[in-house]
Formats: sequence, C-alpha cells, structure tokens
Amino acid sequence: MSDAIRVRHQIVELTLARIREFSREPEAVFWAVFFPILLTAGLGIAFRSQSAEVLKVAAASPAIVSALKQDPALDVAQMDAAQAAFALETGKVALVATEGPNGSVVYRYDDTSPDGRMARILADRAVQRAAGRIDPTTATDDLVREPGSRYVDFLVPGLVGLGIMSNAIWGLGFSIVDARRRKLTKRLVATPMSRAYYLLSYLLWRKLILMMEIAVPIGFGALAFGVPVRGRLIDLIVICVLGSLAFSALALLIASRARTIEAASGLMNLAQVPMWILSGVFFSAQRFPDAVQPFIQALPLTAVIDALRAHMLQGATLAQLVPQLATLTGWLVVCFALALKLFRWR
Amino acid sequence: MANRSAASASVLRVRDLRKRYKDVVAVDGIALDVSRGECFGLLGPNGAGKTTTIEICEGLTDADSGDVEVLGLRWATDAHALRQRLGIQLQETQLTDKLTVLETLQLFRSFYERGPAPDTVMSLVQLDEKRDARIAALSGGQKQRLALACALVGDPELLFLDEPTTGLDPQARRQLWDLIEEFKRTGRTIVLTTHYMEEAERLCDRVAIMDRGRILALGMPVQLIASIGVNHLIELSTGSGAQAVELGALRGIEGVRDVRADNGSIQIQAVELHRVLPALLEDLRRREISITELRTHSATLEDVFVSLTGRHLRDE
Repeated sequence: MSDAIRVRHQIVELTLARIREFSREPEAVFWAVFFPILLTAGLGIAFRSQSAEVLKVAAASPAIVSALKQDPALDVAQMDAAQAAFALETGKVALVATEGPNGSVVYRYDDTSPDGRMARILADRAVQRAAGRIDPTTATDDLVREPGSRYVDFLVPGLVGLGIMSNAIWGLGFSIVDARRRKLTKRLVATPMSRAYYLLSYLLWRKLILMMEIAVPIGFGALAFGVPVRGRLIDLIVICVLGSLAFSALALLIASRARTIEAASGLMNLAQVPMWILSGVFFSAQRFPDAVQPFIQALPLTAVIDALRAHMLQGATLAQLVPQLATLTGWLVVCFALALKLFRWR
Repeated sequence: MANRSAASASVLRVRDLRKRYKDVVAVDGIALDVSRGECFGLLGPNGAGKTTTIEICEGLTDADSGDVEVLGLRWATDAHALRQRLGIQLQETQLTDKLTVLETLQLFRSFYERGPAPDTVMSLVQLDEKRDARIAALSGGQKQRLALACALVGDPELLFLDEPTTGLDPQARRQLWDLIEEFKRTGRTIVLTTHYMEEAERLCDRVAIMDRGRILALGMPVQLIASIGVNHLIELSTGSGAQAVELGALRGIEGVRDVRADNGSIQIQAVELHRVLPALLEDLRRREISITELRTHSATLEDVFVSLTGRHLRDE
C-alpha cells in the first residue's frame, strides 16, 4: 500500500477537502438539492391556475351580485356591509360594490392596487351591461400566451440568479468563518500552503454544486411551465459559472475578517439585501428612478439576472452580453484581490 | 555568554524579544539560543508567555521588538523558505472532523516540496489502523498524534511543539513522549513548551524556566536542579505528631539544609540521602518516636520553580 499514495497538487487536495467536507454533511447536501426543488414547486402551485385568474369582489345587494356574476373574470361573494368592509381591509376581496342613492352604484377599492383598478373596470362593465348598456362596437379576443413573455418567464431567470448568489454567499461564508474559529486556518498558514490556492479552492468547490443549483430550477421551469432556454447551453453555463465565481469572491471578501458566525451572518445579510430589492428578481429593476440606475446596473446580481433573461428569453449570445460579463469579471477580480489582502489567517 | 561558534550553529536565535497585548506584557525581554540536534523546552505555568514566544518564533505572531533568527533566516524576508523547513504543532487546532486520517495527511503533505509519503508518517505515529477513520472518531491521544504527524510530513529540520500532551491521559502522554524521543534520535531539533515538569525532564536537553514573560533560569535539567543545592526531599509523619519532634535537633544532622513542619508532617531538604536518612532514623529511634509515614523524592524542576517563584507550576 505504500506506493499507492500519490502526492497531488495542493489545489487538488484543497478542493477535494472542500468537496469531502460538504458531501459528508448530509444536511448540507439535502438542502442544496431540496431547496431549489421546493422553491420551483412552490412557484408551480402559484402559477398553475394562471389562465383562470379571477378577481374576488364582494357585494351586498342580490341585484348587483347577479349583475357581477355575468363576468367570468370576477369571483363574486355576497356579504353584508360589515363583512365586506373587513374582507376589503384584509385584502380578501379587491373591490366592494354597494348601492348608492337613486339606483347608482358605489365602488370601494384601493386605486393604488392593480387588482383594485382592474376589478373596478370589470365590475363597472358588468353592472352597466346588466343595466342595459349596449356596446357600440363588437369586439372579440384573440389570445396570445407566448412562452417568453409571461411573468413566470420573467421570474425563473431571476430565481436562478438569486439562488446562485445566496448559495455562494451563505455556503462559503459559513465554511470560512468556521475554519477560522477552529484555528484550522492558522494551522494551515503555519505550513507553506499557498494562500491564494486556499481561497481558490473555495471558488472551485462551489462550481460543483452550481450545476445542481441551476439545473433544477431551469429544468423544472422548462418542464412545468415551458419557460424557454433560447440561447446556447454552453453560453448559459458560462454566465452561471462567471456569476457564481463573482459571488464566491464577494463571499470571501465578506468573510475575510469575521471571527464568529454571528458577525459574518450580519455582513452577509447586509451585502445581499440591497440586491434582493434592487436587482430585479421579482420585478423589473427599470422601475427604480433613473438616478440610481448606474448603481443598480453595477450590482453583480443585476448583471447575472439581466444576462440570464436575455439569454433564456431572447436567445442572446455572449457577444451581446459583454457589459454584464465585464461587470461580473470586475467583481470577481476586485473581490478576490481584496479578500487575499484583507483575509484574517490567524 | 554563548561563544561565536555556538551562535553560528544555532538553529534558533532570539534576542531581547518583547510583546505586549493591551494590558499585559506577554514576553518581556527574552533571549535564547537553540543548537542543532537539541531538544529545548520552555517550561512555565499557564500565562507565562510560552505560547506567545513560540508563536513569534513560528512566524505566526509579530513581536513588538527584538530579533528572531530561525535556521539562519528571518521571517520578514524568507517566510516561504522557512515554512518548507519547519514542522509546527499548535496548542489548539481542530482539524476537519469530516476528513479521514489519511486524507488529512495527504492534504498537509501536498503543501511541501519534499517529505515522506503520507502513509509513512501515519505508521510513524502508529495510526495505521485509523487510516480511513474520520477525525471526529479519534480519541484525544490519536488526534494529538495526528497533529504531530501533520507537523512531520514536510520532513522538518526544526520542530515546534506547543504543549503537545496537554489534556491527555498518562498513557497517551507516554505514548507521545516515545514518539518525540524517536524523532529526537534522528538528530533533528525540537523546541517545545510545556507546563509538565516530568515532560521537560524526560524530553528536553535544556530547559528555560519561564514566568511572567521572563526566563528565570536556563540550563540542563540536572544543572537547574543542582543549582538550588537540594538533591533530595524527605517527608515524614510521626505517631505522636510534629510537636514531639525537636526540629532543631534534626537541623543538626549533617547534610540537612532545612527542616519545615507543615500540617503535621515534617519536610527535610537533604543534600545526601545516604548520610541523612540513617542519622535521622537513629535520632527518632533514640527518642522513641514512631514513624507512620516516610517518603523521599529527588528534587525536580517543580522544586526549582518553587524555589525561584514561591509558587507551584500548576497553581489552580
């Protein structure tokens, strides 16, 4: 057995150690696989009945109730005034229709809510038609439900980007701070180990899990909702790998000084919260004022999500995504260099 | 003190080393020379400054002032070359629980340009049977032996061991001592810290006794013990109590340096046991005082520490 033990390069040994440590932690593996499934399955339930989306409204008078029921897009509940007021306040209905003086109708709704405004239009149309209005022009609907332009198509790339970020930052940050807390880092720098290789091994280790992290939500989105992947697969992998490298380097920087898990958690949240809000995971980042757009565009999560959306939905090639890829490369290089300089080894 | 040739052969040379943390002076002007092939011990109680001193020598802590030369090199300029030639065991390191013994040694071996194969070192510290066991499943002694093995994978010229046996049971401690002695026989240099005087006496060629950041005494264990002028200690208890014995009369016995009564027992410091003991017994027999307990031991480094500081090495 003595000749069987080879001496491998330290980057191989360091990365192997990362992988072994992770794969021998059953909980960590479970969550890395299960969480993306849970997230996409949750979305599956939310978007299953998308075509039959109806607005809930309430009314007290039987006449108004029967008038509203003529519109299939409205789900009408008959309630007394107090119940209806409560349902409106708690968001269970989007609108309450009551009888006003002289046979008029009063709509109570929140005009800042898209649901409220939509319910107002639909309810009024139903009431007017029931009262005998005849539309002067006939109109018919020609429905288009093109994959690529629905909300779910917008959402899946956003969630993939979010997953890459949070997995890299949490997974890496905790692992680094734990090794420092156990004085393992100090023991390692007492050897001739290369510090750059040590940090690099964390980046390489994440790439292995990355494939799982992106394949599950994208695969689920494609199978369950027909979310398209219009660009080339190799381009998609390049975007995800570069994104994950950038976030891993950011995680190294965040964890470069912290001595305790608690301190590191605070910093990790601090770094991620702005991106959760600003980077356009759930709604377009274009909604924010023009003045902050340069800042938002410079965030790594914005770059990843924009690149993923352009690739998956519009079939963009890497050549068209140069600004986003450059942003990610910048984060990777700057964060890694800073982390190497600031890292607390002892 | 040291002549020129001794200084040039020295593997570790420390001059006027100082280090203070916020409110404590950890190291307060230390100088020492360790020569090739020697096993040198820093002996002292917890908080004496041993770990700070050894970690400065290991290049893990920066000194406030002073000069440290290791293998003729300096940390500021030759850190990487030095790391290749040193073996280091820290006082408290938790190696990765999830890795096996062999994997851990392969990892550490990969950092060094040369050195024995991982399984050779594994045999050396007698962990062959635990080759594929995870570190979490090892006993305290096995973990400490693995830590020693990690310090040996680079075939070091100089080995630093910081409290290598602290927290181990006596059997595991003796096993580790055997391993360190074996390493000594290969002619390499060892610097270790300990607060066990048995450990220092058994392993070290020379010992520096440290307290409160300073070296109080430095020399071979036998020299240090001889320096307090007491070779043996006799402790006895009598049936009729200590009062019945005239301490003055005992002091008169030739070869007795000092006599103390302490909690009903009498402690006698003796230079030569073979002269003092018969005379003592004869004296007690004449006075018809019966002895209930009689114990003698040779003076130890502990007694040296007590005579230097008035305290014990392990004051709780």
